[in-house]
Amino acid sequence: MPELLKVSITEDINRRSGASLRIIVPMKQVPDMRQVKFDTEKGKVDRSSAAAEINPFDLHALETAVQLKEKLGAAVTAISMGPRRAEVALRDALARGADSAVLLEDSKFAGADTLATSYTLACAIRKLGGFDLIICGEKTVDGDTGQVGPELAEHLNIPHLAYVSKLVEAGEKLVAVCDMEGEAHIVEASLPVLLMVTKDINIPRLPTFRDKAMARKAEVTIWNAEELSSFADPSRFGIEGSPTRVRKVFLPSEEGRKGKIFRNTNEEAISDVAQAILDFLG
Amino acid sequence: MKDYAGVMVFAEQREGRIHPVTYELLGKGREIADKLGRPLSSVLLGDQLEAEARELVYHGADRVFWYDHPVLKDPDLVNYKHNIVRLVREVNPEIFLLGATRWGRSLGARIAAALGTGLTADCTGLEVDEDGSLIQIRPAFSGNVLAQIKTSTKPQMATVRYKVMSSLPRDTHRNGEIIRKQAELIPSPLTITGKERAAEADIAEAEVIVSGGAGLKRAGDFSLLAELAELLGGTVGSSRLPVDSGWIGREHQVGFSGHTVKPKVYIACGISGSPQHLAGMRESGCIIAINSDPSAPIFKIADYGIVGDLYEVVPKLIKNIKRLKRCNS
Repeated sequence: MPELLKVSITEDINRRSGASLRIIVPMKQVPDMRQVKFDTEKGKVDRSSAAAEINPFDLHALETAVQLKEKLGAAVTAISMGPRRAEVALRDALARGADSAVLLEDSKFAGADTLATSYTLACAIRKLGGFDLIICGEKTVDGDTGQVGPELAEHLNIPHLAYVSKLVEAGEKLVAVCDMEGEAHIVEASLPVLLMVTKDINIPRLPTFRDKAMARKAEVTIWNAEELSSFADPSRFGIEGSPTRVRKVFLPSEEGRKGKIFRNTNEEAISDVAQAILDFLG
Repeated sequence: MKDYAGVMVFAEQREGRIHPVTYELLGKGREIADKLGRPLSSVLLGDQLEAEARELVYHGADRVFWYDHPVLKDPDLVNYKHNIVRLVREVNPEIFLLGATRWGRSLGARIAAALGTGLTADCTGLEVDEDGSLIQIRPAFSGNVLAQIKTSTKPQMATVRYKVMSSLPRDTHRNGEIIRKQAELIPSPLTITGKERAAEADIAEAEVIVSGGAGLKRAGDFSLLAELAELLGGTVGSSRLPVDSGWIGREHQVGFSGHTVKPKVYIACGISGSPQHLAGMRESGCIIAINSDPSAPIFKIADYGIVGDLYEVVPKLIKNIKRLKRCNS
């Protein structure tokens, strides 16, 4: 058990939730942003240029869930909305310790902004039945909004703790440290609650070869829009349920830059640059 | 058609002090409200913050909705959300803005979901188009492109990055109305039981950053950059490679997987300028690039570039800055 996660939530929470905690980890498949190439002409990311992976922030959420499972006993469900190929990311989650996985896949889900995404996830989580904890990452590397977690909590009418960097000892309640820019808040919450965790909370484990092999054979549940219909208003799915629209994408202008490049390193050039630096600093 | 009532800005406060991003939002909000011919309002929740409510007027608000209760001293998510959602339903602003601070993002997303409206994260630009809709501009794909976003529902909500918009000069002659609202309090399932000062991420606040990259030959050579940084009252940064090599701590990393910085002066030494690095520093005030490869992408966004070996250029730069400082003093 890593030092960071000294949880002693113990019997109290176990009793509340029956046999063990039910934890849901929402996740997203994203392109590997360290490798991905940008088509600067079209202002698009070239998805074929990099492998897809689990959003790195989500791995910290999954690790938090799996550590709680090891400590207290829990059933961890990974859930993702995306195209069929996102099943690969969910198998990776199974290899890293999730017990079950659900993929929400339907063309009706496509083009969703954070409001429609969080709504669709909320409907699927209702269909799954009860839960004690939802643990998600602080943001995705491609969308970079950090909105889906709090929006999901709002749809489910549960509180959320944002930017959790540490879970600390708790009795009847869960206690977490939330990093709020220069200030950390220690917050107590009762369950159910949604935790949005930061990268500081843990170091995600790597799956073993054996885990990977097992995950390849495991079942991933796939639900389409129809299967969520008794829990949802389908007009709130996908592009139809998304109030925000990207109108256009353009390149940042560097026109304001002087762009004065010295091609040799003589004293005059260096002196000019030194003067410019001091001028700029006033 | 509902009658919409202009622009509303969430006044973020910490320990009773207004976060400066609020004044920046009022500055931008004033401009938008004037363009629309509508009022600019602000909502402030806190404990005994009447003087701060007046400050919001001095910085551009026509109306301040002021909630005063000891429970609202701390950022109580449940009660903040509950009261702001009620106010938005009552007042009907067409635009609602928050700072893209951690608190603003967390609270804003909840308010947007409760209202069933769209929210655009971390905007760096706001404009109004010919039919009066808000155009929200935000960096996408780790800052390599900018996206223009429009929202079809009201209020059009956005969180806006700190230190991007300009606040208006404080003017105590500005007129505005402070409207005292009664907070409706509900028992919160969340309790803040303590607060700690967290470790400062000083690189995010530094005015000068001298960064090193693949052009450095060994870990110890960061001392050369540190000397230049110290001379300018700044700090040392790094691209990803030296961090991954264990030459310098991750807290120094600038770029997509590290910090996003916006110093007055950014000096990139031996950094070629991958899109992932540029994402973290392209908004710096003045960018100086030192690299031996004239085709390095970093030169494309530099104000000043020197094509040369950093081991030759940096010591000369230090010498020149010392000389110029002596002349000026």
